[in-house]
Formats: sequence, C-alpha cells, structure tokens
Amino acid sequence: MATRVEAIDTHQEHHHVPGLQHQFDDIEQQKEATTIGMWFFLVQEVMFFGGLFMAYLLYRYKYPMAFAAGSNHLDLWLGFANTLVLIASSLTMALAVWSAQTSKKPKVQAGWIVLTMIFGMVFLGVKAVEYNDKYQHHLIPFSRDFKWEPKGEELVAQQQMIERHASEAEKSLYGREQAFGDKVRMFFWIYFAMTGLHALHMVIGIGIMLWLLWTALKGRYSAEFYGPVEICGLYWHFVDIVWIFLFPLLYLLGRHFIAGGGGH
Amino acid sequence: MGQQGLVAEKSINHGDEAHYHGEDHHVMSIPTYLIIFGILVVGTILTWFVAQFDLDEFFIGANTLVALLIAAFKTTCVVLYFMHVRYSGKLVWLCAFGAIIWLLILFAFTMSDYLTRGAVPGTYR
Repeated sequence: MATRVEAIDTHQEHHHVPGLQHQFDDIEQQKEATTIGMWFFLVQEVMFFGGLFMAYLLYRYKYPMAFAAGSNHLDLWLGFANTLVLIASSLTMALAVWSAQTSKKPKVQAGWIVLTMIFGMVFLGVKAVEYNDKYQHHLIPFSRDFKWEPKGEELVAQQQMIERHASEAEKSLYGREQAFGDKVRMFFWIYFAMTGLHALHMVIGIGIMLWLLWTALKGRYSAEFYGPVEICGLYWHFVDIVWIFLFPLLYLLGRHFIAGGGGH
Repeated sequence: MGQQGLVAEKSINHGDEAHYHGEDHHVMSIPTYLIIFGILVVGTILTWFVAQFDLDEFFIGANTLVALLIAAFKTTCVVLYFMHVRYSGKLVWLCAFGAIIWLLILFAFTMSDYLTRGAVPGTYR
C-alpha cells in the first residue's frame, strides 16, 4: 500500500488522472477492480457456454456416427478460414490495447480497433454464407423442412463409416428409417445453438467496439487511463477462445473417419 | 496488410514503450504479440492436419483428445499473453482457474450420471 502511494506521488499529475472515478483511491485500484469485475463476468460466460458444451458432450457420446456425418457436411475450409480471421482479430485487439497502454495517437488506437471490427465482420459474413448453405440444404433443425438425405459419394462415405466404426449398440439405434436423420438433426441443433450464441457475442462485441472507437477517437485513452480498452479486449479474446474450441469440436470431429478411405 | 502497418508504426514510435507505467503495468512488446499470433496460426493448421489421420487405432477418442490438447494450448497462449494474465494479480489467476474447475465439475458430475445409468440391474436407463 505504502509503495503504491509513493509510486503515484512521484507522478506530477496525480490530482487529475483522467478517467479516475471518485470511489477509487487511485488508478491502480480502479484498474484492478474493473479487471476483476470483467473476469467474474467471463467466468459466468464460461458456465453459460459450458451448458452447451455439456449438451454437445452428452449427445456426441450417445450418437458419435450421426455427429460425425453432420460434422463432415460442414464446410471445413470456411471454418478453418474463420478461425484464422478470429485469431487475427485477437491480435489486432491486443495491439489496440497496446497502443492505448503506450499512449499512441488516438488515430492509431482507432486504426487497430477498426481492423478488429473488420475482422469481426468478415467472420460474421462467412458465418452468414454457411448458415445460408444449411438453409439451402434443408438442414435448419427447427424448420419443418429438415431433411437428411445424403446422396452419391456422401451417402457411400456415411454408410462405410457406420459399417466400420459404429458399435453394435449404436447400429441398433439407427434401425428405423428416419432414426439416423433425427440424430443428425440433433447435431445441427447443437451446431446452430453454439455458433449462434457465439455469433451473437460477436455482434455485441462489434457494438462495444463501436463505442470504444468513438471514445478512442476523442482521445480518452493513454498510458494513464486505458481500462476500458483492456476490458473490451478481455471480452473479445474470450469470444476468440470459445471459437478455438468450437472449430475442432464442430468441424473436425469426424474427418478422420472419412480421410484416406479408411487406410491408416 | 496488417503487417506493414505494424512495422511502420513500430519504427515511428520506437522507444516509446517505457513512457509511463508503474511496475504493475507490464507492457508487452510487439514481437511477443506476433510470436503468440504465429503460435495460434500454427496450432490451427496443426489441428486441421491431425484431423486427417485416424488416431482411433491407438484408442477411441484419440483424435478428439489431440484436438482438445491443441485447443487448450492455444487458449493458454491467449489467456496468458493477449489477456495479460501472466502479469496479473492472484485474484485474476483464481478466476481463470475457477472457471476451468467449475466447468470440469459440470462435465464430470453430469457424465457420471449418464455413464452409469442402468449399471444397476432394473434401474432406469
């Protein structure tokens, strides 16, 4: 405590630190309090998404082949590209925080924030293309139109996969005509719920970025006061982390069943 | 595109990094951020690459395990560096670990129910 007061006292402008709320002793205490507050929120978010990951875990455990078939239908390359886009947006976000921490000009800070927003919007655009593809193929789980009717190569691959990899217990589950399609539909429920909630977080994130951009352009953030940039960054990185898990769990879960036609 | 801007900005503001911050504010360098970014990209490519091979020959679920290990490593990089946890206080560490542990409790307790249903003859499946 004593050392902290000393450290602040050596600074000439300690009476007028911009952005310091009156209830805090100093900017250090304020930053610690806001950071902890944001982390509590993020822990809540982990539990929020955790429920969906739990649903995924359970249904995938029960119907691994149906989940693999549904997953193999997703566009791997769009998912892969989106992962890179989101990682790039995390880098630009980190650099937005860095530019505020090091008192770069408002326009430089704004530039990193805008880049982050652009990457975020590219991600959402790709997501929209993917959702549209699912719509065209009648794979919207909450629509009456839902149909799982693989044709040609996809059908052969699916049948081979079930033949080779499904346990007897699972095969018996798929005896009825529509049974397999119903389980694939469950995969698409979970796919839409998880990616939809994630996309909603992205939309909210871009909204927050808009506010951050506005305040950054007004020159509010510097080495003395950059808490809001840091807090928004924590949110953005969290959304990135969710996708880091969603990509392999949704897009890649059954690729090894069909890769190389069942060789090594 | 972003890279060029980065280089230009770095040269203009060279030496500015130690401008103002108490010992609590650790400002990471641009190369650190770029290295983490590189690790994340390599991790993503590796995730895709490994998914092309059937590791289930070793044991069932090996593919998923490898994918999750890579994802966990990528997450650790993001949390420690992009989210600055490496240089944050103990309460932040507690939050990060608390989140993981509570999540594992959620998974473990729920699955311990589902995996053991019907294990006792005559009980509900």
